[in-house]
Amino acid sequence: MSDFESRPHFPAPGNAPFRGLRQVAPPPPEHPESDLWDRRVANALAFLRRRLTGEYEVDEFGFDRELTDTVLHPLLRPLYRDWFRVSVRGVENIPDKGAALIVANHSGTVALDALMLALAVHDEHPEKRYLRLLGADLVFRIPFVSELARKHGSTLACNPDAERLLRAGELVGVFPEGFKGIGKLYRDRYKLQRFGRGGFVSAALHTRVPIIPVSIVGAEETYPMLGNFKPLARLLGTPYFPITPTFPWLGPLGLVPLPSKWCIEFGKPVPTEPVADMADDPLVIFNLADQVRETIQQTLHQLLDVRDAEAAS
Amino acid sequence: MSGAHPPRVVLVTGVSRYLGAQVAARLAADSRIERVIGLDDREPTGEQATILADSVEFVRADIRTAQPAAVIADNRVQTVVHLAIASAADPNAGGRAAMKEQNVIGTMQLLAACQQAPELRKVVFRSSTAAYGVSFRDPAVFTEDTEPRDTPRGGFARDVLDIEGYLRGFRRRRSDVAVTVLRFAPLIGRRANTSLTRYFSRAVVPTVLGRDPRLQFVHVDDALEILHRAVTEDHPGTFNVAGAGVIMLSQAVRRAGRIGVPIPEPALSAIGRGGANFSLDQLDLFVHGRVVDTGRLIREFGVIPRPTPVAFEDFLRGISGVLPREAIGAVEQRILAGLRRSRAAVR
Repeated sequence: MSDFESRPHFPAPGNAPFRGLRQVAPPPPEHPESDLWDRRVANALAFLRRRLTGEYEVDEFGFDRELTDTVLHPLLRPLYRDWFRVSVRGVENIPDKGAALIVANHSGTVALDALMLALAVHDEHPEKRYLRLLGADLVFRIPFVSELARKHGSTLACNPDAERLLRAGELVGVFPEGFKGIGKLYRDRYKLQRFGRGGFVSAALHTRVPIIPVSIVGAEETYPMLGNFKPLARLLGTPYFPITPTFPWLGPLGLVPLPSKWCIEFGKPVPTEPVADMADDPLVIFNLADQVRETIQQTLHQLLDVRDAEAAS
Repeated sequence: MSGAHPPRVVLVTGVSRYLGAQVAARLAADSRIERVIGLDDREPTGEQATILADSVEFVRADIRTAQPAAVIADNRVQTVVHLAIASAADPNAGGRAAMKEQNVIGTMQLLAACQQAPELRKVVFRSSTAAYGVSFRDPAVFTEDTEPRDTPRGGFARDVLDIEGYLRGFRRRRSDVAVTVLRFAPLIGRRANTSLTRYFSRAVVPTVLGRDPRLQFVHVDDALEILHRAVTEDHPGTFNVAGAGVIMLSQAVRRAGRIGVPIPEPALSAIGRGGANFSLDQLDLFVHGRVVDTGRLIREFGVIPRPTPVAFEDFLRGISGVLPREAIGAVEQRILAGLRRSRAAVR
């Protein structure tokens, strides 16, 4: 945008009579804030200065909002918009404020679905809310990855952390299938795996927050896992070693996800208030976990039909 | 919150060190307390000697022996404040072996003495948030009820775990004695002198490659206030003592105007084992970070320690940065002004 176009929005009083007469009145340096380009540069420099001098806030879990807004989200956005062309439904089911536990299916060999879900919550919700993801301990063992995860707002998937975040009124995102979901073979795609011990349900019951079931379609096709080379996985200490059509055959190129079309649907919140006093009853926990699991599974099938129909037309 | 029942006679261990001297002098200045006895195995020198001066009765005794038992019995001590805990090995005073001896054997002997003291009503212990150990499966925020998952590498953290184990035994055997365990975050402040404050005073500081831990501190003045209240009021139990909020190591290094040099963990581990001035305790902290919940402390003591960033800022006032914030701000302004000038010239 040129100087001429942007100036009317920020009229500079001393300069007003000369507006538009560029050759007569070159932009005076004492009113540089009337310039979009100038503001961008100033903001970028101020951001760099704050990072260099440590003048930013981090919460007790290590969430660095400024870094997430300025660096991490802008890096993920092209992937979200142009590569996976994510379409989102039911975003109104996320509360404008206050806590909720967002429970989603997990797939795709690499946990891109978690990152896309967090970006969907932030970008599509009118309140621009942040999703605090719960990750496996493996994430926090790996140098660099662990720190990026914390700065992005994630923490370890354990009940003390989940309940602490929920009590603080945060949106918490969890994938109860864990590695069973993300590391399953392509032939098992969109088949929800077991939901563990239902720890996520007890966290929601203890804190009396609603559970929002979320179905994610598209992540299964990003890295279709044809085989799992278990000896190498055991050697590396990872839960699986994926063999995909491109990995490890094409080397680093094999790390490029396939550009599948994604749909994310946020379901109706399941209230936990009516059974909150039975948080220690395993039957209540398993029933609620099953209910959430069924909802996600059925929505997955519907979303797949919709996507197929759209692709055919 | 409990009412005030100040004891008549208080014994403070480790008074030849900064914290011990400060606590003893503070208690001596409290008119509700009749006598304060300061104990250490070496005479206080310098600043510590001045602080203690006439108000504190100094007794030279080695807590690794049975000597303190006689001091406690003869003076009819009602409260013991145990601060003679070394958080880092001193290479000039026997290194790690002497540190462990002081921490573990010293505590055992002191507790044995306390057990036989019929007049004793209360013991106040200095512990550390290192008591939570380190593990990648740890929750982000420790409450007092969190159990350690893995044994830490650091010597001090191991000592703390041992000490707290002996304390549990003591609590069972002397249920009539109130035991207050204060798990302190690393102390900081303009006057604090610890391995971490020395670390942040260097120009170039080693960090762990690929790790940016969350740190928490407690201001020395708040630590003193809480120790004082633990003696004069009744607050049995275990409490985390830390300033709310966190500061990332990278952030702390930048705020201090230091230059951080990331080093791979195995190399730092080798240095730590070699006993140089980077300990395994510090390495554990720098890989895992350590954040605690202080809700119980605030509810019980009615004191809110100043937040970690504020305590750290106070520490920074005492040192000067290698890369001062003002200089970076000035560079920013110069670049911006330069860009604006060149843009104006182009148009």
